[in-house]
Amino acid sequence: MADLIQEIEKEQLRDDLPEFAPGDTIRVLYRVREGEKERIQAFEGVCIARRGGGVSETFTVRKISSGIGVERIFPVTSPFVKGVEVVRRGRVRRAKLYYLRGLRGKAARIQEKRTN
Amino acid sequence: MAALIGQKIGMTRIFDTEGKETPVTVVEAGPCPVVQVRTEDRDGYRAIQLGFGQKKEHRASRAEAGHAAQAGLETTPRVLREFPMGADEDVEAGQEFTVEVFEAGDRVKVTGTSKGRGFQGVVKRHGFAGRPASHGHPMSRTPGSMGPGTDPSRVIKGKKLPGQMGGTRTTVRNLEIVRVDADRNLLFVKGGVPGSRNSYLFIAKT
Repeated sequence: MADLIQEIEKEQLRDDLPEFAPGDTIRVLYRVREGEKERIQAFEGVCIARRGGGVSETFTVRKISSGIGVERIFPVTSPFVKGVEVVRRGRVRRAKLYYLRGLRGKAARIQEKRTN
Repeated sequence: MAALIGQKIGMTRIFDTEGKETPVTVVEAGPCPVVQVRTEDRDGYRAIQLGFGQKKEHRASRAEAGHAAQAGLETTPRVLREFPMGADEDVEAGQEFTVEVFEAGDRVKVTGTSKGRGFQGVVKRHGFAGRPASHGHPMSRTPGSMGPGTDPSRVIKGKKLPGQMGGTRTTVRNLEIVRVDADRNLLFVKGGVPGSRNSYLFIAKT
């Protein structure tokens, strides 16, 4: 019966987003509605976590904005997320990069993934 | 009267084009044959008896099988249940109801058996506060005082105490139907409904 739920969710899943994983620097194009007007806002930072599955999957993006750490959580399926661009692939050794919260500046850098 | 018997499939969420997200429970409902019609003349009240699911042939008693056969059914329903019928309605035994008796936007009440939680204390069962966790308090989840003392010298009826929680018949009213999937006999009900997955549910228009 749980299969039926998966089947239903499959209809809502999207395949237009590129593959990205924790450690990657990404730019999220987010639809913002201001009154009647709609515009696209970009949020660029490091993806530090992906959680959940199916339509409930979300990812967390962290960036440093004028010296202050800002994190936003986006649902993968939400139509508000118009698109995601991968800016840089990072090499990390865990799935959740919460340790970045305690680090700043040079220490918070992530090595670029080497692709051959 | 729009009513159906169904089975809980599980929960998920639906995004609409504006990005609004709705939590829904998926219910497989119907098709429900009308097994019997209760009439004013014969029974003193008006109601329809709906069936749902199938019983294996060797599991059905002769009485059950015969009852179903009278309505012209080939298989014996697993669940039978009566729903009141309005005075202006005319339904015949053998007729079949599907999810199409509902449409998106309808308000329904859903009845089921809530998940059994066993014997629970007052904190979980009735939402008592218990004692603070820190600042030097001894740990305690007790119900506390039973009430006044010498007068009335008894515990007032209905006092909330520990006991069996859940596993009872529960109705949630005024739930919205978000979507109807006629091909797969599915109803998408906004929010949660009582019971575990695969438990039976009775759905009626409010």
